[in-house]
Amino acid sequence: MNLDNIINEIEKVDPEVYERFDTRRKVMKQFANIGSKIALAAVPTAIASMFQKAYGQTPEEVNGVLNYALTLEYLEAEFYTNIVGSPGYLTAPAAAQGALTNIRNDENKHVAFLKRVLGTAAVAKPNFDFSGGAGSGTGPFAGYLANYDVQLAMAQTFEDTGVRAYKGQAANVKSNRVALTSALRIHSVEARHAAHIRQMRAARNMLVPAGQLPRPWIVLAQSNIDTGNAGVNAAIQKSYTGEDVTTQAGVNIVNLGGAFNDAANASAGFDEPLTKEAVLDIVSIFIAP
Amino acid sequence: MKKTISSPPLEEVTTISPYGRQRRNMLKIFGAGAALITIGSACNKDDDPNPSNGGVNLGSGDVGILNYAYALEQLEAAFYEKVVSSFYTGATDTEKAYLTEIRNHEVGHREFFKAAITAAAPSSIIPSLEVDFSTIDFTSKTSVLATAQAFEDLGVTAYNGAGQLISTSGNGPAYLLLAGKIVSVEARHAALIADLRSNGTFAAAANADADGLDGARTPAEVLAIAKTYIKTVIDASNLPS
Repeated sequence: MNLDNIINEIEKVDPEVYERFDTRRKVMKQFANIGSKIALAAVPTAIASMFQKAYGQTPEEVNGVLNYALTLEYLEAEFYTNIVGSPGYLTAPAAAQGALTNIRNDENKHVAFLKRVLGTAAVAKPNFDFSGGAGSGTGPFAGYLANYDVQLAMAQTFEDTGVRAYKGQAANVKSNRVALTSALRIHSVEARHAAHIRQMRAARNMLVPAGQLPRPWIVLAQSNIDTGNAGVNAAIQKSYTGEDVTTQAGVNIVNLGGAFNDAANASAGFDEPLTKEAVLDIVSIFIAP
Repeated sequence: MKKTISSPPLEEVTTISPYGRQRRNMLKIFGAGAALITIGSACNKDDDPNPSNGGVNLGSGDVGILNYAYALEQLEAAFYEKVVSSFYTGATDTEKAYLTEIRNHEVGHREFFKAAITAAAPSSIIPSLEVDFSTIDFTSKTSVLATAQAFEDLGVTAYNGAGQLISTSGNGPAYLLLAGKIVSVEARHAALIADLRSNGTFAAAANADADGLDGARTPAEVLAIAKTYIKTVIDASNLPS
């Protein structure tokens, strides 16, 4: 069995992902044991099942997750691009403007990175409607460009949603070590962004719920956002539903190690995933059909 | 020499458990991994978690990775316990509140791993590590926050680097998710501590990276940094690579 032939065939099937994500040598190594059992004539039809056996997932499945990630990065990148320089942004202190600019730059780099990795398989950028009107342009966030606090509330929700979205997909790219590590390395950056945006909102003295400033981490299932509109609050709350988990792998974290670990601390110490369906539902109001 | 050690039947363990149903769920997730590590340990005498030289061996397979995470969480929790027991000179109420919450999270992480590994692989869990904080001036804000940032960034890069070492079948995906649940909180800690030291530096590594990515380190790289603060010798040579 000539493994090199197999690799050549794989590259014909998917010239993009495995050259970029996994070195040729690693692919060879992954296939070493499986390849010897397949007759040469069966190579083209065997490739898909070999990917399943060696990686547990096909390139198409991994691409699907990466395109989902790319869509979320498109959303964040365009959002920050829109607000940097906007009237609302210009009311913010210089340090806040610098932070938003840095975050914009990170998101643009994430977009470029994922597009490079996906190559021709990359999905196109959707048309976004940051008014939250699903294309109408008249949704509840329509005035966001003029209002710094609305910008921060949206930014926090997008970042916290992004953290939960990546977490929910980790297992779906686990078969490709480089894809997984890349996703994790974006995931922790989104968490850093979320922490800082939350600090920026604390600096704006956002006492939601009453008497409580936002923390850098998510406490219980609190959004720490009150727009004054119950419907909008409910839409935002979807990004936080399920964050109040206090039992991990059967271990109750409450009071673990001391009474100081109340439910608030026990939930804040662990972030929770969101399914792809939940995330797409959350962001659907920001995407024009 | 190769020999097989069978893990106890699930039901048998469940009935003697003081945790009742909770423990059953935990075993469902950790069970198969435990069986694997037990067999692996039997094949390699170096896997003894308590060798006579006073060091500890993290072991192999997924439980080795869990022990690795447990070791790092022990370090972080011990550090913040000391920070909170006597705050540095001039600590503000806001700083005290943040550091206390981080202490709470890190103790929760440490105790979570202790409980989970004990349930899954009681003979493979590493013992409590002896820390060495002699290089840290706990009265100094500069020293404490610099160390805190080093530990948090170390934790983030450690988890980011360890994800790919977790197995892709059986309980591996569940472990991967647990690591993901913790690493983003470590990243939130890291961002806050960085901002306390110098506002706006919350994602400095990503800002400087061409692709906007955070760091990732191998266990060997992480432990080489951590060993300054851990007196117990840690052997990571059996971890997956």
